[in-house]
Amino acid sequence: MEFGPILRALLRNKLGVILIAVQIAFTMTVIVNAVYIINQRGELMSRPSGTDEDNLFYIRSIGFGQNFNEEVTAADDLARLRQTPGIVDATVINTVPVSNSGSSSAFLLEPGELASSVPSAIYYADHGSLNTMGLELVAGVDFTEADVLIRESSSNANADTVIITQALAEQLFPEGAQAAIGQVVYTPSDQAVRIIGVVRQLQAPWPLWEDIENAAIFPEIVIDGASLYLIRTEPGEQDRLMPMVEEMLGASNEQRILRQLRTMADTREESYRIDSVMTRILSIVIATLVFITAMGIVGLAVFSINRRRRQIGTRRALGATQGSILRHFLVENAIISGMGVIVGAVLTVAFNMFLVQTFNMPRIGWYYIPTGMLALLLVGQLAVIGPSRAASRITPALATRSV
Amino acid sequence: MFIYYVRLALLSYRRNPILSSLMVLAVAIGIGAYMVIFTLNYFMGGDPIPHKSAQLFHVQLDYGNPSFPDFDPPPQLTYIDTLALLELTSRYPRTASSKFVGVVEPDNPEIRPFSVSGRGNFSDFFTMFDIPFQYGSGWDRSADEGRQQVIVLSRELNEQLFGGIDSVGETVHLHGYNFTVTGVLDNWSPVPKFYDVNNGPFDPIEEAYIPWHLIVDLRMDRAGNTNCWQAPEGDGFQAFLNAECAWIQFWVELQDRTAYEDYLNLINNYAAEQKSFGRLQQPVDKRLFDVNEWMVEQEVLPDETRILSALAAMLLAVCLLNTVGLLLSKFLGKAPEIGVRQALGAHKGSLFIQHVIEAGFIGALGGLLGLGVAALGLEGIKVLMGDLIVSDWMHLNLTVVVVTIVLAVVSTVIAGLYPIWRACNINPAIHLKLQ
Repeated sequence: MEFGPILRALLRNKLGVILIAVQIAFTMTVIVNAVYIINQRGELMSRPSGTDEDNLFYIRSIGFGQNFNEEVTAADDLARLRQTPGIVDATVINTVPVSNSGSSSAFLLEPGELASSVPSAIYYADHGSLNTMGLELVAGVDFTEADVLIRESSSNANADTVIITQALAEQLFPEGAQAAIGQVVYTPSDQAVRIIGVVRQLQAPWPLWEDIENAAIFPEIVIDGASLYLIRTEPGEQDRLMPMVEEMLGASNEQRILRQLRTMADTREESYRIDSVMTRILSIVIATLVFITAMGIVGLAVFSINRRRRQIGTRRALGATQGSILRHFLVENAIISGMGVIVGAVLTVAFNMFLVQTFNMPRIGWYYIPTGMLALLLVGQLAVIGPSRAASRITPALATRSV
Repeated sequence: MFIYYVRLALLSYRRNPILSSLMVLAVAIGIGAYMVIFTLNYFMGGDPIPHKSAQLFHVQLDYGNPSFPDFDPPPQLTYIDTLALLELTSRYPRTASSKFVGVVEPDNPEIRPFSVSGRGNFSDFFTMFDIPFQYGSGWDRSADEGRQQVIVLSRELNEQLFGGIDSVGETVHLHGYNFTVTGVLDNWSPVPKFYDVNNGPFDPIEEAYIPWHLIVDLRMDRAGNTNCWQAPEGDGFQAFLNAECAWIQFWVELQDRTAYEDYLNLINNYAAEQKSFGRLQQPVDKRLFDVNEWMVEQEVLPDETRILSALAAMLLAVCLLNTVGLLLSKFLGKAPEIGVRQALGAHKGSLFIQHVIEAGFIGALGGLLGLGVAALGLEGIKVLMGDLIVSDWMHLNLTVVVVTIVLAVVSTVIAGLYPIWRACNINPAIHLKLQ
């Protein structure tokens, strides 16, 4: 094959080669890292919260006026909600999973041993919480109504039982969920609580928290001026029930305002919106960059072919086939792109190291690099195929003209 | 001469419309994308109160429990320390501030009670942060210590409650108590919301402002971040107030170096004294941060914009490399014409200027189109972000427009220097022979 002549021809135009190669290297750096960020955000977004998200919605009731009794109202509201056809169950809870707002604390194996404490998100909810959220009990038992403690928000005496997630159980007791049942652990204020159940999964409310799988539910109703009701419906009943529930609660007690009637799905969308925005921006960047680089390659190829029209004609006149002219330009591009993607691989890894160090992101998988290299080689070949075919059609007669 | 060269540039554009348009497009996309990120950084990372940012200081103390591994000192202060700092000196304007939510019951029975976001702060808050008023003003300093039930409304809340009239002296029923209006804010939306970056640095401002002590006195429902590193001793609200729980922000205005040294000294003495009592055991790097230092310390600029900045810079680099390549092709393609001009006596200097103008012309076109790309990009981000952040500020301002055009022209000319140099050094004889 005519590799040598192609290389020697390339060396006559070093700068043009370097320009395209560097351009390809940068393009690869941006594209591969952008794809990696997109995938990483996608993974974050696709983690399940452990709850029956499709059928959950919530509404917040804020009391005002002297006659408002939060405890009585909450009991009344829950009874109404649970009786409503189409509603599977309802619970009064301090916050909604995935909502980015909530409370965290820690559990200790021995009182006072803060150094070995295991951090956990804390949910306060009544005995309907597991059924409402659709949590799956893997060991132990659910709360009963007798477990539920009703307390003022200024009091910090917790209920004496707790249900925790499997991830949290395994961190506290490496032998696993079953071993955690019946164990006594301590809160940071040294109060003893007994683990009565372990659920398969319930995420903490903060999507970016490193201990997101650590969560605990205390059977408590906290009297703090507002009640948040989380409501699970039969599949497909949500749209019908949401306005109905708002109206029903509004009519039952005038001494309050109802706010934040929202679905879990909307909450998830909002909590991860920055990630989906980032994903879209990066997709646009990738498409733009591929387009620009491809156009640049086409532009330069057309130009370099036009400059060499007579030489191409001469080669044709001397017996080169159309195929060999086509091959010349494809191989030429492959050599340039090859250099580009080699430099690109180095730059890609370097940029990824910057991302890893600065933003605490996980390191890029090795397979991204060869895939990116192949993809860009392919883009180069596709970009140059049009101009090359035009070149191969240059007539041999051109060699005899005009010189 | 300039006009002539511009006409030549136009002619040259028309001769190679596809190649030229490709260059303009590349410059436009590169510059446009860069400008979108530039605008985001300009505002989100910019100085929200430039004339005073070096005089306003946020106070941080050495919080934490040494037995908690990896405990970052929280940015806010405890109730006990806040009271102590207020006692420390009143020589300098200062304010504690905390968020709350409350239910407003309008006098007009037609309007249903609704919930508002509020802030407890001192009277100095309004003057320290140069907050504009539509009607009236903040309350007197005496109202702070006198714990008077006075209130300042945002423009929107005044609109909602009083139809936008001058409501100074009117009564607002909030959280079951009557408050007298002393002022109504004018439109004000600092970006970032520098006075409270711990509870959403791009959130809208609060709707109601009351003297800070009333948050405790009237048991308002506190909102915003609360961080405890030791369990309260005992039960009840007073135990919470006495506990190692940080939920209050503290700002002080120190107009010169002397004031700064004086105040820092007071704070340092306080910290040392508390340390001897067994508190404040975890040293912090710094106790007084000015506005810009504080926003850097609290990492107000999101990771996303920082990542995008780096990517946009590389995108711009690719676009410019593209332009260099295409300009090179274009100028070398013009070799016969350059040969003729040189043979007819054109200096290398004037050829140089001609090509600089031609490159600049492409850059300027790219810059103009880039403005469109940037405007479109910002609009797109605004739509995608929705109500997640306040985004009124997200538009091209004069600075950005000027920077865009200048950056486009300058970078295209710089990108074109090598091609221009090559074009000026063409040997005319070869090309004349071919004519």
